[in-house]
Amino acid sequence: MMDEKAHIVLKDVRKAFGPKNVLNGINLAVPKGRSLVVIGGSGTGKSVMIKTILGILPPDSGSITIGGEEVTRLRGKERDELLLRFGMLFQGSALFDSLPVWQNVAFGLIQGRNTPRKEARDVAIEKLRQVGLGPEVGELYPAELSGGMQKRVGLARAIAADPEIIFFDEPTTGLDPIMADVINNLIVDCVKRLGATTISITHDMVSARKIADRIAMIHKGEIVWQGPARAVDTSGNPYVDQFIHGRAEGPIQMEILKA
Amino acid sequence: MNFLANLGRVVLALLTEIGGIVIFLKDALLQGLTPTIYLRQILEQMLRIGYNSLPVVGLTAFFTGGALALQIYLGGSRFNAESLVSTIVALGITRELGPVLAGLMVAGRVGASIAAELGTMRVTEQIDALTTLATNPFKYLVGPRLIAGVITLPILVGIADTIGIMGGYIVGTRSLGFNSYAYIKNTADFLELDDVTSGLIKAAVFGFIITLMGCYHGFHSKGGAQGVGRATTNAVVSSAILILAANFALTSLLFSK
Repeated sequence: MMDEKAHIVLKDVRKAFGPKNVLNGINLAVPKGRSLVVIGGSGTGKSVMIKTILGILPPDSGSITIGGEEVTRLRGKERDELLLRFGMLFQGSALFDSLPVWQNVAFGLIQGRNTPRKEARDVAIEKLRQVGLGPEVGELYPAELSGGMQKRVGLARAIAADPEIIFFDEPTTGLDPIMADVINNLIVDCVKRLGATTISITHDMVSARKIADRIAMIHKGEIVWQGPARAVDTSGNPYVDQFIHGRAEGPIQMEILKA
Repeated sequence: MNFLANLGRVVLALLTEIGGIVIFLKDALLQGLTPTIYLRQILEQMLRIGYNSLPVVGLTAFFTGGALALQIYLGGSRFNAESLVSTIVALGITRELGPVLAGLMVAGRVGASIAAELGTMRVTEQIDALTTLATNPFKYLVGPRLIAGVITLPILVGIADTIGIMGGYIVGTRSLGFNSYAYIKNTADFLELDDVTSGLIKAAVFGFIITLMGCYHGFHSKGGAQGVGRATTNAVVSSAILILAANFALTSLLFSK
């Protein structure tokens, strides 16, 4: 996996908050145009890992390269330019409450790329259509939308600038199974259309199986297994087996059981 | 020993907070107040900070001006100095009460609202979302609020000064029996430009303090609704204390001129 074709490579990435080590040497590689899903329980470091790649949280040590370029030390304008290549769907959608939907979708175009508002609006309406929402939704405010619609708007915003890399943070959490499947299908469609490299983090195995080319399992800030998505059921890894079958017994012990 | 440990913890927490504010101030100045400037955001914030605060600041100034006239009349009458009412009202309002009361009222209204808004944006990952959309949150959120605060507070205080003096005039002429022409003439004759400008300089500093504290506490809020509530309280309390401290420092500085 650690070859030149890899688009995103993490080597021995570590991050601690005070005395708490959240990432304990993450090693991961995602080939260009492929979809990696990182599974793991709550508080295992999934979100922190994504945020270190984006530069929202600087790693304490280790290397992160995107297309061969080391990005951990990028700051200011260089970091902004790198981020223009990214799209991200947040767990709670993270839509800007003060802006109507179309401006949310077009935000990266207007503010990040100085696209004229009229042109950005047309792109936003088209992206909304791609996620199954009509142009009338563009005039509404995020608070007027259901959770599923907010997720779809978040997805439209993530793909608005046709990014080469997209991150999905718990894309189906909090949605009913049907809406979750709709979002999964949209993710697969959008990613295929763009040919983007994606990293998704989730604890929803239905979602993982649907959108992943490869799956990696994170536990206590370390990747304990990674392999092709189809191999997840036959991994032979006790952590993965416990997780995908949702068993309380196994090597992963919840804090509550230790007490 | 326990007492010393607790004292040490409090001192360390205080120093950490001061350090955090200084680092935030550095980022706000170096990142937030350098191009790109978001004009649309600045105008929107000016409207929210300035225009929407007019009723509360105006009412405060009006009643304070009126109460001041009554107090000075009462105190002045003890040594036959009732005629000083108009002058002292004008000086008191422009130099001291106008900027300080407007600052405190705006800290309660705007400082709280900035901290709540940015705090909610922080805990719902909207600030992270800005970053991923290649938009620097310091430039988009902090810079426009600081600029709007520094511009609008002096305007608000100018209006508050006028309304406060008018409050004194109404009380003076309606219930204390002053002649209308003499009251206005006395005010105009003894009020100097320095009195007004010193108040406006204070106002600009207070505007900076309020927006900086609102942004700082909002940016650093964590832990959901409770965290946002705590950020809001801290923003108002720290703004109020800093306004009063800065007022003393500025008064000493401007007084010594």
